[in-house]
Amino acid sequence: MAKLWQRESLHFHFMLLPALALVIIFNIYPMSGIILAFKDFAPTKGIWGSPWAGWDHFKFVLANPESAKILRNTLIISFGKIITLIIVPVVFALLLNEIRLRWFKRTVQTVVYLPHFLSWVVVAGILKDILSLDGPVNWVFHHWFGFEPQMFLGSNHWFRSIIISTNVWKEFGFSTIIYLAALTSINPSLYEAAEIDGAGRFKKLLHITLPGIAMTIALLATLSLNGVLNAGFDQVFNMYNALVLDSGDIIDTYVYRSGLQSAQYEVATAIGLANSAVSFLLVVFTYSMASKFANYRIF
Amino acid sequence: MVQNKSFGSRSFDVLLLLFMAAVSIISVAPIIHTIALSFSQASLAAAGQVFLWPKGFNTGAYDKVFSDHQFFVSFWASIKRTFVYSGLSLFITVMMAYPLSRESKDFKSRNVYMWVFVFVMMFNAGLVPTYLTIKSLGMMNHFWVLVIPGLVNVYNAILVLNFFRNLPKELDESAGMDGAGAWRKLFQIYLPLSHPVLATITLFNIVNTWNEYFAAMIYVTKSSLIPLQTYLQQVVLTIDPTKVTTENVGLLTQVSGETLNSAKIAVTMLPILLIYPVLQRYFITGITLGSVKE
Repeated sequence: MAKLWQRESLHFHFMLLPALALVIIFNIYPMSGIILAFKDFAPTKGIWGSPWAGWDHFKFVLANPESAKILRNTLIISFGKIITLIIVPVVFALLLNEIRLRWFKRTVQTVVYLPHFLSWVVVAGILKDILSLDGPVNWVFHHWFGFEPQMFLGSNHWFRSIIISTNVWKEFGFSTIIYLAALTSINPSLYEAAEIDGAGRFKKLLHITLPGIAMTIALLATLSLNGVLNAGFDQVFNMYNALVLDSGDIIDTYVYRSGLQSAQYEVATAIGLANSAVSFLLVVFTYSMASKFANYRIF
Repeated sequence: MVQNKSFGSRSFDVLLLLFMAAVSIISVAPIIHTIALSFSQASLAAAGQVFLWPKGFNTGAYDKVFSDHQFFVSFWASIKRTFVYSGLSLFITVMMAYPLSRESKDFKSRNVYMWVFVFVMMFNAGLVPTYLTIKSLGMMNHFWVLVIPGLVNVYNAILVLNFFRNLPKELDESAGMDGAGAWRKLFQIYLPLSHPVLATITLFNIVNTWNEYFAAMIYVTKSSLIPLQTYLQQVVLTIDPTKVTTENVGLLTQVSGETLNSAKIAVTMLPILLIYPVLQRYFITGITLGSVKE
């Protein structure tokens, strides 16, 4: 017994105990609740006592015209976010890299990272005022360009574009960090060699800098694909309203509304399960691609 | 390095600086606008006259915010939650990271644990089953529901374990020879060397907990537990102008919705703006640390 106590691995198990217990209670045990998706829930009988429903809830979801709309909104918004959050940070990093004034570069970086650290609640509060009918955005568009004031957050025409562009505004600076790190790891002697060969600034950008970070771009693009069913609950939830449900309702907001607000537990669980299962497969797929082609590992 | 000083290159530099200055202004203008609005006269704010500088400077909106009892209660609830969460989460993360940073030949069950943690990081039961679990555990309307369910952060643990792995193995071996056990090694050898990564995850934990609003929204109705972000969410984003009560009408005429809401938003983001100078020194290291292996 004394011998056993001295073994290091026993202490390792002890150290992991709190985390394991929490994960079992709050992550693994709830997975048993997934069977709700296959039950007709009767609160008096509990989850296990309720009668089975088979695939009925899934069939209901598939037959529901709402579903197609919600899936479409989710895909449009998340692809919009993925594409813009690759292009904008890459271009920004390349431009920032051309700046020689060190203090200026640092100041720009510090300033553009800031919005990332504010919550979507705060940002949505700010945007609600800025995008309102008598807000600064409408003022500028009206007085400078002569456009009629728009109800940006209440219009199905504008809502998705607003979601995608404000997401870029909040996150592009932070997404730049990885590309800037990749830029610093490019071998400086490549630039010297190119200069001797007579390459100008643009040629150097095109033939050294861009290929130098191409791998990082490809890697981050691959990894971002696992989030295509996640269009960003916090942002949409805090910015949408009843007027823009047609263009702005995404899977996560629909699950929240049907599950917790209307207490349609079975349908919400079924959608949540389908979402989690597909997302899980996407994560496994993108990580295996990333580790195969870019030797990417998380630990 | 020979600098290219052609006219084209120089004018490109100037344009670039102007462009970057514009991008920087766009990044912070909305934040500055909100602060300017909060210090402006209500009627001018409502007329859309305020841009980046207060018009009709006054602090009336802040008087209103600070006389709002619930605002104070929520501010305190947020502070309490943030500290308790950050402390406990750091402790659990460190205790996870040390065993998991061992080679699997030294700790045979390591891979089993790792798979469990990575699995729960990638697959979740979904909103409704999680909600029903919390409910059946009787945690609704309890302070700990805002802390405990999210305590295990697998990403943070991976960050710390990658950092531990980069420390020289000889340290661990020689401490072991001198008779140090697992606990002593963790707390007296590893932790004192890990300040950068511990500071990084603590700062991220503080920001994330401060910004979190959803858990309280679905699990808590007791006003003394509502964190600031949840309160802000309720009053600023979901206020319905048709349901303004009679005693609120007076308030609305003195201080317009815009200035009052802006003041609430400004105070809510204040702690983030205050720790940001500290934070921004760390997060770049933090992010690069996460991508370093072996």
